[in-house]
Amino acid sequence: MSEAELKTILLDGLRKIAPEADPTTLRGDQNIRETLDIDSFDFLSFLIALHDKLGVEIPEADYGKLSTLDAMLRYLGPKV
Amino acid sequence: MADFVMPSLGADMESATLVKWHVKPGDVVKRGDIIAEVDTDKGIIDVECFQSGVIERLVIEPGAKIPVGALLAVIQGGETPAAAPAPVSTPEVVTEAPHVHASPLAKKIALELGVDLNQLIGHGTGPGGLIDREDVENAAKTKIAPQPSHGRISPLARRRAEELHVDLTQVKGSGPGGAIEAADIERAATAATAAPQKPGDSMRRAIAAAMAKSKREIPHYYLQTHIDMSVTLAWLQAENAKRGIKDRLLPVVPILKAIAKALRDVPQLNGFWIDGQHRVSEAIHLGFAISMKGGGLVAPALHDVDKKSCDELMADLRDLIPRARSGRLRSSEMTDATITITSLGDLGVESVFGVIYPPQVAIVGLGKVLEQPWAKDGMLGVHPVMNATLAADHRATDGHLGAQFLEALNRHLQAPDQP
Repeated sequence: MSEAELKTILLDGLRKIAPEADPTTLRGDQNIRETLDIDSFDFLSFLIALHDKLGVEIPEADYGKLSTLDAMLRYLGPKV
Repeated sequence: MADFVMPSLGADMESATLVKWHVKPGDVVKRGDIIAEVDTDKGIIDVECFQSGVIERLVIEPGAKIPVGALLAVIQGGETPAAAPAPVSTPEVVTEAPHVHASPLAKKIALELGVDLNQLIGHGTGPGGLIDREDVENAAKTKIAPQPSHGRISPLARRRAEELHVDLTQVKGSGPGGAIEAADIERAATAATAAPQKPGDSMRRAIAAAMAKSKREIPHYYLQTHIDMSVTLAWLQAENAKRGIKDRLLPVVPILKAIAKALRDVPQLNGFWIDGQHRVSEAIHLGFAISMKGGGLVAPALHDVDKKSCDELMADLRDLIPRARSGRLRSSEMTDATITITSLGDLGVESVFGVIYPPQVAIVGLGKVLEQPWAKDGMLGVHPVMNATLAADHRATDGHLGAQFLEALNRHLQAPDQP
């Protein structure tokens, strides 16, 4: 999967949990949860949706590696 | 036969609009069935039935805005539970006891105005305590819905007018001879409340009313304690490592469980203050404050938290949070909470001192779990620490008891694997 495709999937997923915020204006280095006001419940829902879409198992210990869009692309890129 | 009335879905609710019936006359219903949808300040709520029986008739049409306590439907064979908030007034009959000492004119006006002269015995201001015309007219003014001196009105219509706060003098009757019927009242009530409002505004107003009432009436006291979360978080990590992502628990789940256990130890904080009395609840239903994306919040009940496993609680949260945010809560979730939990830790807030949601008597606040220097057994280490707070009603309990609760919460968070 190309980085552009992965990014589209990530932004689609974020739009679902934060429809009022506009993920497309998100900078790659911004903290996603703070910028889009996503609580721990929504974040878990987002990761579950990613798991369904990409088939990637994300251990809880790795949640910290998914704080920004760039970090997600780095973490998930090699796995998909 | 039982009256099914608009339930109060929170201390801040005055009325709601009936959106849809899920039943029709003749349908068999049982307690807990969802029989209607109403639109409230807090979104669409599925209204559950309080009693079992057969729907005899539906009194209200969808689209009408109905105040709390107003009749929605009649259920045949149902029994109204003692706790049902059904202040149903019987159509009043003007009776005149022989010993009433009133002037003939006063008696005539009393009949016209629907004033019960028995209520005025001993309050007459005429010669020798005689009840005169003025006494009757004054009594009539204090009634909610005075009967107009012209036209006729059915007893049901009068009752509906009282329930819906409709001014009978402003209603045009459509019945025989211009008599006012119940349908006329419904139309007048609907027309009076048809002014469109932004949904966010009404939720804001509802929160304003409840919180102002709380701060006006409830003498809060506040306590705070720091709790070492390393044991609970280690337990959680081990549990989640065993689970696929869909079954993982959020940190708030073992905390909610510990709160329920602490309430079993200190039940006085779990309940209500109603009519000057402290009523402790046996059931532990935690109202979980959920912020709405567009502002505002709701605190629907997680039922019987003390009796549920962490997995069941997580499933409840997964069900409840999206429904709360999309405005699809059930009436029991809006009314059953026996205490409220507010957690602002997601936003990095260290501690939150809540405002009690009346008529509850306490609210527990959870802050963010932060790595902090922590002295234990004479050693300084870095531990994950959470600030837990309690705001409680000083009419119902004292600080000593509140302190016992926070201590119990701490104790249970040090033993998350205990039932």
